[in-house]
Amino acid sequence: MRNPLVRPYPKDWFLRTRAYRLFMLRELTSVCIAGYLVYLIWWLYKFNQVGAEGYEELLSFVRHPVSIGMHTIALIAAVWHSITWFNLTPSVMPMRIGEDKVPDVVISIATGFGPWLVLTGFILWATLG
Amino acid sequence: MPQETITLEVFRYRPEEDKQSTFQNYDVPYHEHWVVLDAINWIKDNVDGTLSYRWSCRMGVCGSCGMMINGEPKLTCAVFLKDYFPKVIRVEPLVNFPVERDLVIDMDGFMEKLKSVKPWIIRDDTDQMDQEYLQTPSQLAAYKDFSMCINCMLCYSACPVLDGDPEFIGPAALALAHRYNLDSRDKGNEQRQDIMGAEEGVWGCAFVGECTEVCPKNVNPAGAIQQAKIASTKAWYRSVLLPWGKR
Repeated sequence: MRNPLVRPYPKDWFLRTRAYRLFMLRELTSVCIAGYLVYLIWWLYKFNQVGAEGYEELLSFVRHPVSIGMHTIALIAAVWHSITWFNLTPSVMPMRIGEDKVPDVVISIATGFGPWLVLTGFILWATLG
Repeated sequence: MPQETITLEVFRYRPEEDKQSTFQNYDVPYHEHWVVLDAINWIKDNVDGTLSYRWSCRMGVCGSCGMMINGEPKLTCAVFLKDYFPKVIRVEPLVNFPVERDLVIDMDGFMEKLKSVKPWIIRDDTDQMDQEYLQTPSQLAAYKDFSMCINCMLCYSACPVLDGDPEFIGPAALALAHRYNLDSRDKGNEQRQDIMGAEEGVWGCAFVGECTEVCPKNVNPAGAIQQAKIASTKAWYRSVLLPWGKR
């Protein structure tokens, strides 16, 4: 007699293994980045309203410790998301030269870490240099 | 010196009499070279002949003996008792599948999904099947890793997407579909596109990546699915931008 038993999937699956926990962490960083984008749009909107006269006041808002704390969290989240994503690139875009696989680290650097560092360097040079 | 033992906490379900599953403890002789499957076979032979489970080759090839070992999907022929001794080992049937009896799962749904992606070489010249279809070593290398799948279904138990969406085709079947799409001898890409490009196809995958972690054959189904997403996207753009061309 067939009477298959259907079991529920463990509701705490995302806490069960290290890989699941890291996945959830990677996904949650998106919330921080989305929050930062909302903040950035709001800031640009306010800047557009107050113009050059109110710029100093807006800057003092950005320099508030709470604002610096939120920016730091958003930066850490963005860096973590970028690193984990670039590490996944070889799995998504494997490359071969004939029969040989291009090493994962080469793909990660060529498609992710390399351009990231170059662009970051350029932005730092353009803004601070 | 008395024989050391290890306790196995085994999932039991008898469809004729049980409404719910239970766990039954068995004390099994501990041998350093025994795998969990050896312990289950010992129970079957010496203590309880009613215990039901699947197994065959005992060497990680047939893919029959997949079970949850302390909550992780594993081939029981490849998990040593010594890695858990002296703690209790909890043995359950693979999750994300209905249970037929004890440790035996109902794999009908998986077989249907597997069939739906047509995991075989499709040709439009079947009237010339007596000819050879040559393949270079680099053409073989393009799909070889994905062809190592033994259909053990561990990846289905590792996939949380299947909990929310039981219709999701799942890691092994999608990886196998991608394997045939990459095969230079195959012409079935277009036939597989509808099912692979659907919501329950590659786009259902959230890229948790645990399917790749648990795969005993290093198939990397998560990678295959992401690569198939790129292929599916390209096919869609080609069909929209170049409707007169082939996908």
